[in-house]
Amino acid sequence: MRATETAVKLLVNPIDCAAHGACAELLPEAIALDEWGYPVIDPGPLRPSLERPARKAVSACPTLALRLIRSS
Amino acid sequence: MTTVTEDSRDAATGLPRLLPPPASAAGETRPPDLDAHAARHGRLEYRGRPGTLIGDIEAAGLTGRGGAAFPVHRKLQAVLDAAAGRRRTPVVIANGAESEPASDKDATLLWLSPHLVLDGLQLAAEAVGADTAILATHVSRTRDVGSRLREALAARRAAGIDRVPVQLAQAPARFLSGQETALVSHLSGGPAIPAFIPPRITERGLNGAPTLVQNVESLAHLALIARRGPRWFRSVGTDAEPGSMLATVRRSDGQPKITEVPLGIPLRDLAGDLRPDSAVLVGGYHGTWLDGRQALALTLDNASLAQAGARVGAGVVITLPRDRCGLVETASVVRYLALESAGQCGPCLNGLPRIAAALAEIAGGRARPQAVTDVTRWSGLVTGRGACHHPDGTVRFVRSALQTFAAEIDLHQRGRCSAADTRLFLPVPRVAARTEQDWT
Repeated sequence: MRATETAVKLLVNPIDCAAHGACAELLPEAIALDEWGYPVIDPGPLRPSLERPARKAVSACPTLALRLIRSS
Repeated sequence: MTTVTEDSRDAATGLPRLLPPPASAAGETRPPDLDAHAARHGRLEYRGRPGTLIGDIEAAGLTGRGGAAFPVHRKLQAVLDAAAGRRRTPVVIANGAESEPASDKDATLLWLSPHLVLDGLQLAAEAVGADTAILATHVSRTRDVGSRLREALAARRAAGIDRVPVQLAQAPARFLSGQETALVSHLSGGPAIPAFIPPRITERGLNGAPTLVQNVESLAHLALIARRGPRWFRSVGTDAEPGSMLATVRRSDGQPKITEVPLGIPLRDLAGDLRPDSAVLVGGYHGTWLDGRQALALTLDNASLAQAGARVGAGVVITLPRDRCGLVETASVVRYLALESAGQCGPCLNGLPRIAAALAEIAGGRARPQAVTDVTRWSGLVTGRGACHHPDGTVRFVRSALQTFAAEIDLHQRGRCSAADTRLFLPVPRVAARTEQDWT
């Protein structure tokens, strides 16, 4: 399996994000909160084992600011 | 009032190319007429169909002169491709919304050579197959650029030159209103604030159409490349960064001077009396402070400036007078930049005012010991986390100030300041956005 083909990463739309913090609660392995409550996302591709919780975090965002994108 | 450089037309470089030669620039009040323009540059020749100019622009190596230095041919091609792929007629926008308070080169170009910009706009419209062209300007601080452009457009209409009608538009007097996505939003009837990319505006811009936004100076260069060819364009500048550019230079007297220089000109030729302990700001308020020692070794092109973490930007070069305090200047500019945040993205909205307040504390003297570490931490926190580059650009400016004025920071911590003159040197608009109406 070539990682580049399947790699996904998290992308936050900083305009839509309203610092609810649900993403960091559901996916602390890849998302931390800054001192104002906004998500800081680990750079680089997401570990495959984290894809399922990442999808949960995406759908839990109240402002739909979090996206999972294929990174090529 | 801006003055155009008195440096005579250089026999070796043939500069200035874009601005009138100094003799006629002296009589600046006389409107530049279409006949004089055609006599100097030759008539505007269309290429006959979309796409054909793009190869010449690529061979010339023209990059965007609005600050980002993105290759112009790549944008042209992207818009042409998007238009073909989506079967949608594209739009071309000439960006003269020069909102950087320290820069005056676009307004000067529009004032002195409006027909060159308008030629470039027509050729760019033809190159991508656009049927709509808009020229957006900023509220001018000193000149009525709008009425000069209306006169120029009337003359072109009478002469039957333009194939695509040109609409004039004005961007609000905000720092971010010239940013591409902000400009497109404004022209679409929305607020003049940046949008989150993707989609790219070359794909979906004004009212959803593929949109080409080019700085007005880039268009003027394009109009000359179309006439004289890529080899002529490359006869000045460096191999990697060819051509000439307009620079706004401020020396100790504070008056901006617009000068056209080859890319790669030594900074010492622009900055005036440079000593190792001088401070030079390159690239404007999203730019970088350099100390004199660095500036003496660098040239005005991105390859050289990158060694010091700096960039050409929109060509602002400011020498701080020796009797002013770099920390006070930096605090004043960063306060302005913080107020000019569109306030859309949390890190920028929260971080920039805190950085500004801590810098004001440092500039004021005897700051809390952690003020500098606070600024450094917040700078790291906001970087790369905005929809636009406002936080990144602001932080570049702040970090370079902490470095360049490190000795001055120590002095301020002891309650002293090296400045003899307490007046602010860097221009900062007094007004800041307070209500939503200010953005529209």
